[in-house]
Amino acid sequence: MNPLKKFEPLKFISDNIVTVIFLALTIIAIPFSRLSGIYILSNLIDRFARSAFLVFALILPIMAGMGINFAMVLGATAGQIGLIFAIDYNVMGIQGLLLATCIGVPLSIFLGWFCGQVLNRARGREMVTGFILGYFMDGVYQFFGLYVMGWLIPIRTREVMQVTGSGVRNTLALGPVRGGLDNILNLQVGPFHLPLLTFGVIAFLCLFIIWFRKTKLGHDMRAIGQDQGVSHSAGIAVDRTRIMAIVISTILACIGQIIYLQNMGNMGTYTSQRQAGYFAAAAILVGGATVSKATIMNVFVGVFLVHSLYITMPIAGKEIFKSAMVGQYMSDFINYAIIALALVLHAWRNKRNADLARAGLRGHADKDSALAAQAGAVQ
Amino acid sequence: MANESSLLSLEGISKDFYGNVVLEDVTFTVGRGEIIGLVGENGAGKTTLMRILFGMPVIAETGGFKGRIMLDGKQVAFTSPFDALDAGIGMVHQEFSLIPGFTATENITLNRESMKRNVACDIFGERMSVLDRARMRTRAAKAISRLGVKLDPDILVSEMPVGHKQFTEIAREIDRSNVKLLVLDEPTAVLTETEAEVLIQSMRMLAAQGISIIFISHRLHEIINVADKIVVLRDGKAVKSVPVKGVSVHDIATWMVGREVKGSSSMLSACSEKVFLKVDNLWVDMPGETVRNVSFDVCEGEIFGIGGLAGQGKLGIPNGLMGLFPAGGNASLDDSPVPLNDPHKVLNNHMAFVSEDRRGVGLLLDETLEWNVAFTAMQAKGEHLIPVLGGLFKLRNERTMKLLAEEYIKTLEIKCTGPKQRAKELSGGNQQKICLAKAFALKPKLLFVSEPTRGIDVGAKAIVLETLRRYNKEYGMTIVMVSSELEELRSICHRIAIVDEGRIAGILPPTAEIAEFGLLMSGEKTGKNGDAA
Ligand SMILES: Nc1ncnc2c1ncn2[C@@H]1O[C@H](COP(=O)(O)OP(=O)(O)OP(=O)(O)O)[C@@H](O)[C@H]1O
Ligand SMILES: [Mg+2]
Repeated sequence: MNPLKKFEPLKFISDNIVTVIFLALTIIAIPFSRLSGIYILSNLIDRFARSAFLVFALILPIMAGMGINFAMVLGATAGQIGLIFAIDYNVMGIQGLLLATCIGVPLSIFLGWFCGQVLNRARGREMVTGFILGYFMDGVYQFFGLYVMGWLIPIRTREVMQVTGSGVRNTLALGPVRGGLDNILNLQVGPFHLPLLTFGVIAFLCLFIIWFRKTKLGHDMRAIGQDQGVSHSAGIAVDRTRIMAIVISTILACIGQIIYLQNMGNMGTYTSQRQAGYFAAAAILVGGATVSKATIMNVFVGVFLVHSLYITMPIAGKEIFKSAMVGQYMSDFINYAIIALALVLHAWRNKRNADLARAGLRGHADKDSALAAQAGAVQ
Repeated sequence: MANESSLLSLEGISKDFYGNVVLEDVTFTVGRGEIIGLVGENGAGKTTLMRILFGMPVIAETGGFKGRIMLDGKQVAFTSPFDALDAGIGMVHQEFSLIPGFTATENITLNRESMKRNVACDIFGERMSVLDRARMRTRAAKAISRLGVKLDPDILVSEMPVGHKQFTEIAREIDRSNVKLLVLDEPTAVLTETEAEVLIQSMRMLAAQGISIIFISHRLHEIINVADKIVVLRDGKAVKSVPVKGVSVHDIATWMVGREVKGSSSMLSACSEKVFLKVDNLWVDMPGETVRNVSFDVCEGEIFGIGGLAGQGKLGIPNGLMGLFPAGGNASLDDSPVPLNDPHKVLNNHMAFVSEDRRGVGLLLDETLEWNVAFTAMQAKGEHLIPVLGGLFKLRNERTMKLLAEEYIKTLEIKCTGPKQRAKELSGGNQQKICLAKAFALKPKLLFVSEPTRGIDVGAKAIVLETLRRYNKEYGMTIVMVSSELEELRSICHRIAIVDEGRIAGILPPTAEIAEFGLLMSGEKTGKNGDAA
């Protein structure tokens, strides 16, 4: 019927440009890395189980119109604090992880609430504010890890303590809880190693998100994400709902980080949380989400694509440049670049749509006069 | 009909905005199940009065008001709209408040969704209930059917034509179970006459169920048609409060303005034979206003009218030609082709458009009036700019901008405190006049105006039409005017095309019999110039 609504390959590509670029890079990198399909796949499965949970933390704030929640770093930090205690008290395996969760979640609720309060005062600039909050939290966390621990709270285990005798080590071996979740229920299918319980947790989370969207709270978040003014005049508690979105996101980030670290087996005490934040943001954007729209599918696609590149790029770099470092740099660089690209594209699209909407009365805007008008407006 | 004990009484309401008195000692009562017609010129204070009643925060922020409001015999002082809602007052505002990405159902039931409880509610509270979509849809369908309109509960608001948005908003108020008083601020302004007729029917129905209604409209015949009592505001004073019986449109108009209203004399300029705009086999995919196959020619210097019933596609024609909705076919302006589906390019062609949907687009509400009027001309033609350093920079020319704004404040009789007042502080009708002024200031060769007098009071209507005619005559501006008011079209157009089912049923001179127009609109007859269906 309507010829304009038919599938247009060009439009599809331009709408999903970030995903397409990433896919192209991966496809180029795979043959150079000379890695076998089985190797890549089994690695992907492992990494998927490791990090998918973290990325889900970003969905709700996007739905509530708050953009990418860079402040999820706060939740990841809470998870790490939980783990520090679990290791220090030498609680092993799943019990250790549960202890870490029991410490981390209440802390996350508090941090998320605090963060939500701040973001409500920085309406329209949530992303950059969240980013700065992450740095602020870094300071508090370092103070806690380096001074409070070992001074107010005694450290019991030698392996946790810095060699200097106070504070928590820069790199913490998580031996006692390593694989605490992954190793409980395992299935070996040919060359592939399937951590069923971890998958179960992720599946449960997916169901939770699907269910949550159908609840009143989820519905309110969608409404607020589209128009805060209208939602407010309909009596929806806008501020409270936004805080809830952030609190849930922070809790998920906390649990996600615990799952991530139990798989890795060691943690950069003062750096891992930040990497978690960058990784999750990059993954969801690469998966095709925008600052205003994200689905479960975006998470899956993003996690697989980002990891495919992480797996292949360093090796491809080694093959091409004879240096694994270059490959490592490349994948880090691409990671950050993709966040920047996605954000710029989003701003550009917003501007274009606003222009189109306003074009109804606008005359022929030649560049000069538009610039001049802007210059005039500044005065 | 009114009961003995009145539902609401307003006693001695006064309000000023920083010394600018807009309401003075307004007193009247509303009976149960009574429909009050509240009328007054643009800027008379109608919306402000309703905002006071509804406890809108702007009122408190600008210094509150004086007087008493009695509801059910008790004095009330609403500090927020929610108090008013709880007390059973529903209000449909002059501006839409709908969520664009939500369906009609989701908007109608917004924050009053039907829910199914589950275990999570016991721990985390009611908001963990799952929405009962099926029930929400039935409720929405029921509210819509009480309005007697056809509206798909599953359609997204962003894809609705303007009229449907209005019905969605009213349906939302009706869906509330405790509503006693409904305030409708110009609900019919965005509706065509047929849609308005439907709404008036449902207002009668609601009144019969005991719901009182305060109805604001500039279409005075609607007021006479539906209201039980008329309250006339003039410059903030309630100058009349009378039963509607025996009152004529002319009476009301005279009370509103405080002097005799003169009819506009029709004196058309001659237009050339040269074809200026040529449209061939145009189709436009505008939801609710689909254009299927339309061809017509407009001569240079002509005022060409397009009329027809709601939903037949008359609005689709300008929207399609201006590239705001997907369109196909051919169009040429002065022998050069008009690119379709490209709003930017179209504007290069010296065409301008005043959209029927003026609430959303067009005005920079936080900017001053002069800036709003001059903005488009500045962007389009580089007017009102002073080159500095040999054109390296350009500055705004404050002086000419002010002159321009003052010119339009005078010609269109815009009620304001001056060119420096911010657009959002103007009354609804005066904001619409600014939209027109913006387009006029461009002095385009071809101007599309869609529903130019919507929301504008009786006196100002004549002024707007007169201005259109004057621009046509003085600058040879070709005008294509879309309107659902046939009388308006007949008073200024050279020729009038009637659109039916997305096609032109016929083109008539304004002198043709009304019955002939009627026949074309009802699809009974296809005119000789028409595009046979
Ligand atoms: N926030 C405000 N600040 C200053 N002045 C205001 C504000 N809101 C309204 N006014 C002024 O109050 C007067 C009455 O406006 P109001 O909106 O009540 O008019 P109205 O009768 O509804 O007119 P219309 O028919 O055009 O909608 C206008 O002169 C307007 O400029
Ligand atoms: Mg008004």
